[in-house]
Amino acid sequence: MGDTLKIVVLVKHVPDAQFDRHLGAQGPLDRSESILSELDEYALEAALQLTDARGGDKGGNEVVALTMGGPDAANALKKALQIGASSGVHVSDEALAGSDASATSLALAAAIRSLGDVDIVLTGMASTDGETSLVPAQLAERLDLPQLTFASSLEISGSTARIQRDGDGVAETVEAGLPALISVTDQANEPRYPNFKGILAAKKKKIATLSLVDLGLEAGQVGAAGSLTAVESAQPRPARGAGTIITDEGDAGVKLVDFLAAQKLI
Amino acid sequence: MTAENAAGAANVLVVLSGGPGGAGESLTKAQLELLAAGRLLGTVSAASTAPVSEGARAQLAENGVAAVYTPEGADLSAYLVGPTAAWLADVVSAVGADGGGHAAFGVIVLDNSSEGKEAAGRLGVRLGAGVVTDVVGLETDGTAHKSVLAGSYQVRARATSPVAILTLKPNSVEAAPADAPGLATITPVAVPEASLARAARVVARTDKPASGRPELTEANIVVSGGRGTDGDFGPVEELADVLGAAVGASRAAADAGWVSHDLQVGQTGKTVSPQLYVAAGISGAIQHRAGMQTSKVIVAVNSDPDSPIFEIADFGVVGDVFKVLPQAAAEITRRRG
Ligand SMILES: Cc1cc2nc3c(=O)[nH]c(=O)nc-3n(C[C@H](O)[C@H](O)[C@H](O)COP(=O)(O)OP(=O)(O)OC[C@H]3O[C@@H](n4cnc5c(N)ncnc54)[C@H](O)[C@@H]3O)c2cc1C
Repeated sequence: MGDTLKIVVLVKHVPDAQFDRHLGAQGPLDRSESILSELDEYALEAALQLTDARGGDKGGNEVVALTMGGPDAANALKKALQIGASSGVHVSDEALAGSDASATSLALAAAIRSLGDVDIVLTGMASTDGETSLVPAQLAERLDLPQLTFASSLEISGSTARIQRDGDGVAETVEAGLPALISVTDQANEPRYPNFKGILAAKKKKIATLSLVDLGLEAGQVGAAGSLTAVESAQPRPARGAGTIITDEGDAGVKLVDFLAAQKLI
Repeated sequence: MTAENAAGAANVLVVLSGGPGGAGESLTKAQLELLAAGRLLGTVSAASTAPVSEGARAQLAENGVAAVYTPEGADLSAYLVGPTAAWLADVVSAVGADGGGHAAFGVIVLDNSSEGKEAAGRLGVRLGAGVVTDVVGLETDGTAHKSVLAGSYQVRARATSPVAILTLKPNSVEAAPADAPGLATITPVAVPEASLARAARVVARTDKPASGRPELTEANIVVSGGRGTDGDFGPVEELADVLGAAVGASRAAADAGWVSHDLQVGQTGKTVSPQLYVAAGISGAIQHRAGMQTSKVIVAVNSDPDSPIFEIADFGVVGDVFKVLPQAAAEITRRRG
């Protein structure tokens, strides 16, 4: 131990799931009412715990929060800086609009490469909007990193990362050498909140903005043009009609079975 | 689809992770569904990430599988997905481009588990192929149907690349026997050694005790318990067993340690879409609804009439799980005589 860590944490600005979320007819998501994805808070917390244990920023460690998105996405970075990230990187370019997982991972991989030697790329288990879980895997492939995903706990000793994961019918311990990509579940920790000191300190922290030119990418490689999937139509699912609600008067179990029988479910 | 066979349909590679039936000899229901989905789109070959027994090979032949690719030289189950994706890319290139210069497979179908999606993602990068996840329906031209934003939107999407990668949810396509058997010729393909050096290795694995109940994401009926069970899943399990259902749980119940976390339904748990979902003692927080609101029929039993779960229930009982569930289980048993 005693060795320092440079960790990049992916933080996504996503529509708040507490409100109704809307898609346009051709896919793009309405991004008003967006917040730092709750699932990324676990990744940020995991990064801060690893670096805190090594003396934090003062000890020469670094937690870089990275996001891609329109101007508003900087809010996710600001929140990450208030919580404790050392600096922020905002990948922003109009040409990126409409990027699918493939184009997103291409741009994010270029951004991470531009940061020099990185020990760990930390992500949440999924975004709360796209929910595909593709981006961490595609980033790992593009950066030629081992991926240790769905960690319910993690530790770094020397240059080895070790995680526990809780799979279907099986619990696993998985190891890989650094650098590595790690994703954490909501079991990994209890994310901290920004405190007053953190909010003040964040004002002095830097956010770098990277355009496509900075990343060495062409407009045709990203956005809708560079994407390998297309949404042909999007329709809101019809709202569920109001059902029957009964109050138990001693025979609700029987009435429930009547309902199941009428629905041919038993 | 570019990679078309003589009949004009695509050549499809179906990935069977863990081999047929995991460690077992026969194909699982979900794997039979993947093969049936593949046959909707064209001629099916299979890539099994584990060795295939003679019995399983016969079953693959019955299901119309032309060729079966198996890994050689390394045990893929000892690693997380990196080497699997590298091996699958090699399977695609080993089969080679056809005379027209097209890739051998126009469509690759995987299961929608987290491993399936991750392998699909990495393979997509290697092949320059678009990936559509969470597929619940297919058109014969490869257009996929999926539901997004926690089931609130239905989307038609497709890969625009020459090769399309799809991950299919269980219960989306009916498993059906093939019209004509395939040869199911076994072809070993070496696992690329370079992919092993930097891979994440599984250093310990502990199997959890099997419940004997159906698998949660595949089950036709799911009975889930929440904090309202107060730690006693007895009534939930009893009703599940008379219905032949899988048991699920809210995060509150899993966090309390009452059931294993792999039974959690919701945003950070499993997404289920059964014929019948019974929520017992579950309030219906948005993160829970995200995992179950596309169920065909939803039943809720909850003592609080203001619980949000009642907003989406087809049949709701304001009542005590400890009274209503045992009475329902007994009534089903009685009617069956
Ligand atoms: C990032 C994040 C991710 C999350 N992911 C998930 C997820 O994947 N899945 C998930 O479920 N939650 C998830 N949650 C948690 C979610 O917000 C809720 O806290 C959780 O679903 C509540 O579980 P519950 O309904 O069992 O408990 P409660 O909300 O406490 O509800 C218990 C219900 O039981 C009823 N009740 C009590 N006693 C009885 C009785 N005897 N008979 C009948 N009814 C009774 C009560 O009226 C109440 O409605 C997540 C939260 C966060 C922040």
